[in-house]
Amino acid sequence: MIGADAMVKCLEQEGVKNVYGYPGVAICPFYNSILESDIRTVLVRTEQNAAHAASGEARVSGKVGVCAVTSGPGATNLITGIATAFADSIPLVCITGQVKSELIGSDVFQEADITGAVESFVKYSYLVKKAEDIPRIFKEAFYIANTGRKGPVLIDVPIDIQNATIKNLYYPEEVKFRTYKPTVKGHIVQIKKVIKELEKAKRPIICAGGGVHLSDAVAELRDFAHAYRIPVVSTMMGLGVMQTKDPMYFGMVGNNGNAYANRAMNESDLMIMVGARVADRAISQPDLITTNKILVHIDVDPAEIGKNVGPTIPLVGDAKHIFKDFQKQEFTCEHEAWIETLESYRATMQAKRNPNPDYVDPKEFINLLSEHMQDDAVYVADVGQNQIWSCNYHIVKNGRFLTSGGMGTMGYSIPAAMGAKIADMNKQVVAVCGDGSFQMSMMELATIMQHHIPVKVIVMKNNYLGMVREYQHYTYKDNYSVVDIKDGSPDLEMLSAAYHIPFLRVENMAHAEEKIQAFLEKDETMLMECLVDPYDLVK
Amino acid sequence: MQNRVFQLLVDNNAGVLSRISGLFSRRGYNIESITAGVTADPRFTRITIVASGDEEILDQIEKQVAKLVDVRDIHELKPEKSVYRELCLIKVKSTPEKRQGVITVADIFRAKIVDVNVDSLIVEITGNQSKIEAFIGLLQDYEILEIARTGIAGLGRGSEDVIYLE
Repeated sequence: MIGADAMVKCLEQEGVKNVYGYPGVAICPFYNSILESDIRTVLVRTEQNAAHAASGEARVSGKVGVCAVTSGPGATNLITGIATAFADSIPLVCITGQVKSELIGSDVFQEADITGAVESFVKYSYLVKKAEDIPRIFKEAFYIANTGRKGPVLIDVPIDIQNATIKNLYYPEEVKFRTYKPTVKGHIVQIKKVIKELEKAKRPIICAGGGVHLSDAVAELRDFAHAYRIPVVSTMMGLGVMQTKDPMYFGMVGNNGNAYANRAMNESDLMIMVGARVADRAISQPDLITTNKILVHIDVDPAEIGKNVGPTIPLVGDAKHIFKDFQKQEFTCEHEAWIETLESYRATMQAKRNPNPDYVDPKEFINLLSEHMQDDAVYVADVGQNQIWSCNYHIVKNGRFLTSGGMGTMGYSIPAAMGAKIADMNKQVVAVCGDGSFQMSMMELATIMQHHIPVKVIVMKNNYLGMVREYQHYTYKDNYSVVDIKDGSPDLEMLSAAYHIPFLRVENMAHAEEKIQAFLEKDETMLMECLVDPYDLVK
Repeated sequence: MQNRVFQLLVDNNAGVLSRISGLFSRRGYNIESITAGVTADPRFTRITIVASGDEEILDQIEKQVAKLVDVRDIHELKPEKSVYRELCLIKVKSTPEKRQGVITVADIFRAKIVDVNVDSLIVEITGNQSKIEAFIGLLQDYEILEIARTGIAGLGRGSEDVIYLE
């Protein structure tokens, strides 16, 4: 057995089903060994999308996503994908080939110091120096990636290590760390304090972040909120923790969120912030959520608590465990008047839009699309105006809403949708992007067709990089600079034909519903172009 | 802005120092000094970091460093409960006539002359930072050619905080 065989065996031991990647000489031993395995390989068209696809799979499966690319440019192309996963705490193991150990540092062909380059975007990284270390390193990497605050781990494997002979492979049952021990269970004293405050609270609210998905605590949080009738708002990453139409759900907070959600948060007297890092786009004024209120901050990462805002009750631990422990406490809390207030805000503070009838109205279109999507469908929003419209108007039922929240990486939706579909082929998966973000990952249409991944793609076409155009509209009084993409954009109908992908165009709302039905009818890839008013705004 | 002294115990892995210093630079934290050396157990390295910032930043530093996979322990070395020492080598320009003056000052501070040359000598002084600052201050009458300072190394007093390694 050689090192590359051991790498593949380790992935099998971890239950890995799919590896996304792109080969090159330095990773060839690995891609040769994987032929002997049942692990499926998915050949993406650029390395960044291997990481995004692995991220999509990880977010739907709850397991670690895996990608494997070659040294030098292959590895550096991966960086944006790794940084995107890091910003949203998505567990990945990224394997990179490396030049021969003895040549490291001498600037040979396709050499890049990838462990150095990704240092600030990974939870941990390894440069393998001995083939015997492979099993331990892989075991540790998977453990680090998927415990505590999740995130990407990179393993850089020189080609001579991949080719080195290993006598026998012993895959460790468990990891032994002297140093890394994430806190899982919440401290009971703190839990009791929270419950005591909840009993007193007149205007309690839960603000759910992406950490609730990551700790698989959606059911626990919903149960708790329903049992004690505690209103819930969410961050962008927390969308889908509650069903959009749940009576206890009061919208998305933040400067791209719902006004009534922000008001609910600001007027509460007790806020339980869970799995959210109080990021600038969600909470633009941290002092507003601490004045005149008790702030409980639940996070598995102790460094997030107190980073942007000082909570009254810090509670370190995994959300699933903590909500289970909350449920074990006996208490009552009464606040019907508060719920009525929030209901009136929700009813009266809806944003008003003046849609142009000549074009597709993003709000009505996304509402309709959501209605027709399956109950547990996965909606992957890209980045830009399409993302904000998707956040505001997609109606989540029991499916997932995925997007690149922390990094805001354009081009995320198509590769992430591929990974999400591969994670569960029974689920309907729809990627919604703009014409800017589509062109950042349209090469993956080839991957979709080659590997028969029936994801559906919607392009909201407005011939502009709309989010930046909107910013220039407000900030630079319509002095548009490098945002016009009309000239040069491909004819999407011809492009679809070139990839043998069925195509639909929606020009306005007149026949939108029939077209949405036709688009969603079969479990096959289809591309839908929606013509959106170039001057439409998210705010 | 205030200074805080942290003591770290870390796995003696390749790149551990760059992971720690990288964390400081990318989050914009200030390191006043950093010293590192292997412990009695070669699997571990002990690092003493003097960091500066306001209270919140210093608390964040402790939490962010604690998160690093290689870091086994980080805690503050409080001045009243710790011993800090720094070593400093000072090269002073001195003709044979002026030499005795330097030696006298060095004696008062229990510094040692570790090298003598025709026109210069090197003084070694160990102590806490204020002692070293005071000593350097007294040498202003002479021409200081070069200074090399190690930054402080520190240990907590007593055996309460000692971490026993498996």
